[in-house]
Amino acid sequence: MNLEAVKLAAADNLWGALFPEMMIAGLALLLLVIELVLPKKEHAVIPDIALVGIFGTLAGLLLNFNSATLDTDSFNHLIHHSMGGQVMRAFFLLAALFVCALARVNLARRPVPRVEFYHIVLVITAAMMLLVQSNHFVMLFVALETVTIGFYILVSYFRTSGASLEAGLKYLVMGALGSGMLLFGIVLLYGVAGNPALRSYTADSMQFGPLAVFLAANPHQFLASVGIVLVLAGVAFKIGAFPFQIWIPDVYQGAPTPVTAFLAVGSKAAGFAVLLALAGKDGVFNSYAWLVTPVLTLMAAATIIFGNLAALTQHNVKRLIGLSGVSHAGFLLLGVIAASRVPMATGAVYFYLFAYLLASFAVFGVMTHLAGADDSDQELDHYAGLAKENPFLAAILAIGLGSLAGIPPLAGFMGKLFVFIAAFQAGARWLLVIAAAGVVISIYYYFGWIKAAFFETWTPPADTAGAPARPVRTPVAFAAGAALVVLALGSLALGFFPGPFGQLLTLR
Amino acid sequence: MPLFDPLLIAILAPLALALAIACGLPKRWSVRLAYVAFAIPALMALHTWWHFSAQTQDHGYAFVSRYSTGLETLGISLHLGLNGISLPLFVLAGLVGFAAGLYALQSGAERLKIYLMLLLIMQGGLMGVFASIDVFFFYFFHELALIPTFIMIGVWGGRDRSYAAMKVTIYLTLGAMISLVGLIALYVKSGANTFDFIALRAHLAAHPLAETVQSNIAGLLLLGLGILVSLWPLHTWAPIGYGAAPSSAAMLHAGVLKKFGLYGLIQIAAPLLPAGLAHWSHWLAWLAVVGNVLVVGLITIAQRDLKQMLGYSSVMHMGYAFLGIASASVLGTGGVVLLMVAHGLSIALLFLLATSIHHRTHTFALDEMGGLAQKTPVLAAFFVAATLASIGLPGFANFWGELTIFVALWKFSPLITALAVAGVVISAIYGLRSAARVFFGPPTAQLAQVTAAHPPTDLRWNEKIPALILLAALFFVGFWPKSITTALNAALTAPAPVASVAAKSAALPR
Repeated sequence: MNLEAVKLAAADNLWGALFPEMMIAGLALLLLVIELVLPKKEHAVIPDIALVGIFGTLAGLLLNFNSATLDTDSFNHLIHHSMGGQVMRAFFLLAALFVCALARVNLARRPVPRVEFYHIVLVITAAMMLLVQSNHFVMLFVALETVTIGFYILVSYFRTSGASLEAGLKYLVMGALGSGMLLFGIVLLYGVAGNPALRSYTADSMQFGPLAVFLAANPHQFLASVGIVLVLAGVAFKIGAFPFQIWIPDVYQGAPTPVTAFLAVGSKAAGFAVLLALAGKDGVFNSYAWLVTPVLTLMAAATIIFGNLAALTQHNVKRLIGLSGVSHAGFLLLGVIAASRVPMATGAVYFYLFAYLLASFAVFGVMTHLAGADDSDQELDHYAGLAKENPFLAAILAIGLGSLAGIPPLAGFMGKLFVFIAAFQAGARWLLVIAAAGVVISIYYYFGWIKAAFFETWTPPADTAGAPARPVRTPVAFAAGAALVVLALGSLALGFFPGPFGQLLTLR
Repeated sequence: MPLFDPLLIAILAPLALALAIACGLPKRWSVRLAYVAFAIPALMALHTWWHFSAQTQDHGYAFVSRYSTGLETLGISLHLGLNGISLPLFVLAGLVGFAAGLYALQSGAERLKIYLMLLLIMQGGLMGVFASIDVFFFYFFHELALIPTFIMIGVWGGRDRSYAAMKVTIYLTLGAMISLVGLIALYVKSGANTFDFIALRAHLAAHPLAETVQSNIAGLLLLGLGILVSLWPLHTWAPIGYGAAPSSAAMLHAGVLKKFGLYGLIQIAAPLLPAGLAHWSHWLAWLAVVGNVLVVGLITIAQRDLKQMLGYSSVMHMGYAFLGIASASVLGTGGVVLLMVAHGLSIALLFLLATSIHHRTHTFALDEMGGLAQKTPVLAAFFVAATLASIGLPGFANFWGELTIFVALWKFSPLITALAVAGVVISAIYGLRSAARVFFGPPTAQLAQVTAAHPPTDLRWNEKIPALILLAALFFVGFWPKSITTALNAALTAPAPVASVAAKSAALPR
């Protein structure tokens, strides 16, 4: 036995630093085992185990938040531990927590297998947590594919629903295209950076550090430029930025509501974390700012304009929130563009993501309670008269939508303010004008939704013979209600007293 | 941090009750406590006004306190205080809020609890706008007060409420977003890395911005705040919005919240961006005099709906305020502050009385009224007094505001002054005509029908008290303007003399 080698491995590879990912992945496997072991009538306890497990992992992560491994690489530079990574890990755990809570309400009424859903959600969560810490293109691609393949399954999870299957197919085709572009870009970069004829060539050109050195030494290499644009395009698929937003409305509408929420919040945030690693402060592509900044600027402008204008005409709330999410991607891109030059921009993006998480899950929580047997059939009309019938859900909806619209004193306003300040400091004036116009346009559709819930009264249409005119609402259970209250209070607290979260802005 | 902070109490008392109502306070208690929660800001405002001169001043501000919200890295903190400019407006907000609250409590609106809750949020926000030294919170509190307006128009509004709510929301959000961009520009370009007004002022006094930068930022602020104050031709939201808004919301918005834009220009833009404002002053003056005063004035004469007419008249009077700002002199700016207070009191009183008239006639159409004075003499007396005040009769606060603005304006441009004075005739025509239509002459057939079915009673005490508060304040300032102007003068001249703006604007090539 060569104990020395084992000791060295233990000291070097820092398995302990990855305990949240291992806990979550272990939990995913544990759920499958429990399903085999437990008698069928006890299966209702499985979602609770998932929730408790995620919560425990989150608590463990927060307790070890400032661990000594920060700002080091591990696993042969595959993983980079940073404060930003810690923040995003907590973000994904929080997102997974709320997705599971949504799923408890949403799946309860449908004849679908339960356990696999939670299993896949947990696997995706672990992969996302690795993704944001990856320091190597192989690591990045493997983690990203794990996320994407998990979503292929989840999107078409309601396998008896045509809309869900259609959404799954669309997501599969478009996602594969996105992955293909990303991979092609990675390969180009790998090839060109390994070319011994060029300065500072490297044998390890998948790794971010040497690649950045190579790019800095060859700041106008044509093949490298093509590779960078392709990599950005691949990531743009994940965040739904123009012109790669085309899959969003159909997939968001067809997917089960918890999955829509996970796509909107988790998948988008993962994309932005990757983008920050590539194009943010100390990003890999920083020496190509001449290329990256204009590309991202154009993308942000088009994304904001497209998302807001397209959302104006929507009647289905799932499509509406999908397209409004496109415009949020545009606002976040403002922060990413500023991040390479303005110190506070990185923190502003993180703050925006947290505000977006709180607001989105509040809205999705209300949507889940209003959805009927057909999960894709969620129209604005169904919200008419909500304030009279269920003031609690209406109030949560108003806070969530208000925060998404960026109305003070809610968290969303603070997020927008920070991102706008960062963008102005970075000199992106025209983009800021477009973003401000986008905010005004967005008021129209968010306010239209609130108007439906508060100002309009529900009159059942006369010509529906026998069929129920709108879905029956799910009564709010205590636990779900408590979760919604936490989300709403979170939005209010971050708006009134950004306090500890203001610390995010000092992140470097 | 002081133990007794009247400003923070004035902001938090209404918000605390609003929160309690949201958490399910029973209706009986909500109503009872609402009297207290509306009275506290008014009492605190009077307290600060009474003790203002005795207070120790910190850079011209009294009652200063500072609370952390965890955003020190961005230079944001809840920094409260009053100077001579904000004090009269703080008192205005307290008094109009109290009157609007009392009027709402007797109105018997549907879902009264929620109505009161929104009104309380508005009240808390209003107190905060004028108590904030921090520019960020100045904006923040404005938005906090603005959101309930939209909901109140949409839910409790009159005719076309859905359309009006949407229109007001989009216009005012647009104005607010443009102002926000302007404020961010000011923050970034100043390089002071703080939203604290005192620190910004000190920093910019040492490192003034280049003139093009100043004029760009001032242009953004003028456009954004101009929309919020209904500068012609961006005023169209105002008559429709006020026409549809429930009375208390209209009182608070037209009376107080709308002053936010003017206040921002005087308190923030004038001392920080003097050359920038001077750059735009001719544009502003011509827009205000031709658009707001003359064009909108003539439109007001043509109105057949009492509430729409009041909405247009308030747009028109904002023209005088813009003229005072354009004159860029201590006298003119002081006149604007006086006019803001006077107009806030008189327009709130008029909206209150209009709703009381509607209760008795069941219509807002001027053509369908007449002869109401025989049955309701007290209501008629109040309405005529309020109308005379808004025309600017000596003895009312409005007179001093308009007079000083005209005097200051003469130095700026005699032609514009002449046109502006012609506007007073216009406002006399529509003001007196509406009073005559409603209260004098023979009653119309429709009105006779209505009054036969529901014999009108005169003003009840619970309507009289809020009206009296507003009217008494109008008289008080009218007879003793010095109660406001001493501190105002000190604030306008001492720390960052606005007079230098006039000198600068005279030196600028045109």
